[in-house]
Amino acid sequence: MSLTLINVLFAVVAAIGFAALNAAYLVWCERKGAGFFQRRPGPTENGPWGLLQPPVDGIKLMTKQLIIPGGVDKAFFMVAPVLAMFPAIMSFVTIPFSENIVAHNMDIGVLMIFAFASMGSMSLLLAGWGSRNKYSLMSSVRAVSQSIAYEIPMLITVITVVMITGSMDLKVIVEDQTAGFWQWNVFALLKSPLMPVSFLIFFICSLAETNRAPFDLGEAESELVAGFHTEYSSMGFGLFFMGEYANIVIGACLTTILFLGGWGCPFGLLPGVWWFLLKVYLLIFTFIWIRWTFPRTTIYGLLNLSWKILIPISLFNLLLTAGLLKVF
Amino acid sequence: MMTETIKQSLEELFPPVETAAAPAVEESTDQDAADDKKKAAATAPRANGVITSDYQACGYHVDAQVAPEQLLAAVSKVNEAGFFIESITGVDWIADNQLEVVYDFCRYDFDLCRVVIRTRTDRANPEVPTITEIYSGANWHERETHDFFGIKFAGHPHLIPLLLPEDADFHPLLKDFKA
Amino acid sequence: MSAPIQLRSDETFTLNVGPQHPATHGVLRVKMEMDGEYIYKAETVLGYIHRMHEKMGENRTYAQFLPNLGRLDYLSAMAYNHGYVLAVERACGIEVPERAEYIRVLTVELNRISSHLVWFGAFIMDLGGFTPLMYAFDDREAILDILEGVTGARLTYCYHRFGGVYNDIDDDFIEGTKAFIPRMRKALKVYENLVTKNIILMKRLKEIGPVSAEMCRRYGATGPVARGSGINYDVRKNEPYSVYNEFDYDIPVYHECDSYARYMVRMDEMEQSLRIIEQALAKLPEGPIMPAKKPKIIKPPVGDYYQAVEAARGSFGIRIVSNGDKNAYRMKLRSPTYSNMHLFDEACRGMLIADALAFMGSLDLVIPEMDR
Repeated sequence: MSLTLINVLFAVVAAIGFAALNAAYLVWCERKGAGFFQRRPGPTENGPWGLLQPPVDGIKLMTKQLIIPGGVDKAFFMVAPVLAMFPAIMSFVTIPFSENIVAHNMDIGVLMIFAFASMGSMSLLLAGWGSRNKYSLMSSVRAVSQSIAYEIPMLITVITVVMITGSMDLKVIVEDQTAGFWQWNVFALLKSPLMPVSFLIFFICSLAETNRAPFDLGEAESELVAGFHTEYSSMGFGLFFMGEYANIVIGACLTTILFLGGWGCPFGLLPGVWWFLLKVYLLIFTFIWIRWTFPRTTIYGLLNLSWKILIPISLFNLLLTAGLLKVF
Repeated sequence: MMTETIKQSLEELFPPVETAAAPAVEESTDQDAADDKKKAAATAPRANGVITSDYQACGYHVDAQVAPEQLLAAVSKVNEAGFFIESITGVDWIADNQLEVVYDFCRYDFDLCRVVIRTRTDRANPEVPTITEIYSGANWHERETHDFFGIKFAGHPHLIPLLLPEDADFHPLLKDFKA
Repeated sequence: MSAPIQLRSDETFTLNVGPQHPATHGVLRVKMEMDGEYIYKAETVLGYIHRMHEKMGENRTYAQFLPNLGRLDYLSAMAYNHGYVLAVERACGIEVPERAEYIRVLTVELNRISSHLVWFGAFIMDLGGFTPLMYAFDDREAILDILEGVTGARLTYCYHRFGGVYNDIDDDFIEGTKAFIPRMRKALKVYENLVTKNIILMKRLKEIGPVSAEMCRRYGATGPVARGSGINYDVRKNEPYSVYNEFDYDIPVYHECDSYARYMVRMDEMEQSLRIIEQALAKLPEGPIMPAKKPKIIKPPVGDYYQAVEAARGSFGIRIVSNGDKNAYRMKLRSPTYSNMHLFDEACRGMLIADALAFMGSLDLVIPEMDR
């Protein structure tokens, strides 16, 4: 067995561990956060501050029966939840948490993450199609049109960043910004004056890509009951749940890396990885904050936002950046 | 005043012979005669016609009883005068062997006037025309009345049980209904 | 948003919204013929919790039927109590002491606010926002505590009696209500900033769910649904009952005919109810809460009596047909949501399902009241 293979295997195990732990405790954060926004305590029963809630929830989910409704497309039905979790874990492999902490750095890290992210909508499609439920079907159709609509502005924005940096290596992108916080891409007005707008577009798109409120149309519970996971129980549901939170972490990590200087710290106080995690969790807190504040948009409002506003702006931004790079 | 207007337009439905009899209940100043009338009203079904009722005492202004054939004409008049439909219901007058359908109308403006239109039909074969053509909102009310009393609304587009189960063949508000 | 394309009847599928569905807030079922996400036509199926209250009205005495009124519209039970006792008082000619009427108005208006608060929370939840529900329930809790003190119940009140009320209000009630008014005013400000001015909410409600005034008339829609369509109709003003004439308050009317108009009507109504409560507390007369002379057994004279009141959802009417017995010969309960919901079938054609469910939320449904 070659060293690389062991390295990769170790990385995958670590990534699964990180993803699972994050998913579990993000649920706790989400519930505590929701409690904070709604003037109530949130989970308190299990352990101090309800800290044992995630493992208890996990045990509950795992010991429940996985009901496979009659007439479902069994293969699709079973594959879909796995497919929801797997791309998220794979994406962790190439994310640099600091100079040294990266499972497997790649020259085309950005490309790889987006390739895997696109697979996420596959799982929604399969789940919706395989469930033999009209709500699930409608939800999966929504989810696919949503992820197509939002991948385009997201990728255009990323191309802008890649053009500035001149590399698709996530490590290089971060190292480009480590000189100080004025070097962070979000503030890099000299490179492209529309960089804060790019950041905003990327942030909105990552909300939409991860199916978070106010763009959670795939599982709009007041319309489509529970959307694509209506028919799932037990760990089938659990995997969707974990996949969702893992995707949130990926989204926050990418935003941090591409725009907020990755592990770069403004004062050089702590080791880089702590700054990275701090930024990531602040972003996640913003995700939670937004979710518990805004009502949901509608599917046409969502698509209009992407096709009529975000894509033109991001295209303009791309052209402007390209022009500036050419001139200067 | 809307009360007078609607009363007059409803009275057009009744030829002079009948209208002369109906207001007599009110206009009669003779106490005994009025009492006799009341007793008669309590025992026998009332004759068709329009009455202006005492709003303070009973809560509506105009009370018209029409024959089922006149119903559409009467409701059209109410509709033209801009009333909204409040409800439709039935009453089972088992002693008279009749079923009564009661239509309530009211107004949105400040010219307060509540109109009640009643019609009576034979208990053995209760059938009155539907007014869904005039008031779309009568649809559910008529279905409900059909559920509870078994009154057929001729021409109703969708006369299936609404509040009762889909296969219900009983009519619980009939006085001879046994659970 | 109406359908930009011609919907085809031959390419539809049936979607059963309910009887168990998060948006119906109860056991309501809407059979929707869908062309994609657009509704081709819808048919509402009622009766899942039909309990035949009208038959119960016939086979028990007037006093025994009183608790049933709290079980119709469980969110604004007080107004139903009020309507029923007013109808029986009208039939029997019972005089009500003034203090009792003031107490009735106080409790009804408090109950109206609590009902609107539940609607507010549930409606925003229909739109996907969770947090306002918790805020609204927090404020509603204060009302329930106040009302529990005098009525002994938190939800299904049976407080009004023929001729008066069951129990005089105490200092706790008065102090609690006085403290509640500024609290609620502050909360309404919070709701305005948090929800009403939210751009997503406006986009989801404005020009969605058009209900014209003519449509209201044909279906007999009342309450906030009619007032959101530019109809200035409120039983409290149009057909004054109880002591409502003695207060200075406005009826909010919006002419936009959309879901946002209905939303705004209810939000403004809470403020108007606060005004009524304020004035009622200031003017509250001393005196008995039950008439000195009252028939022991309620036996209305032969006749047909009708009484309408403004419940939180519209005009609640009650028709009592009496044959002089101690039981009613016929008891008809006219519930407002029954008529309000009826227009959904016609109005939702060509709507997207998300808009249709937002529209349904703006009608403020309480299913037990529709099914009776």
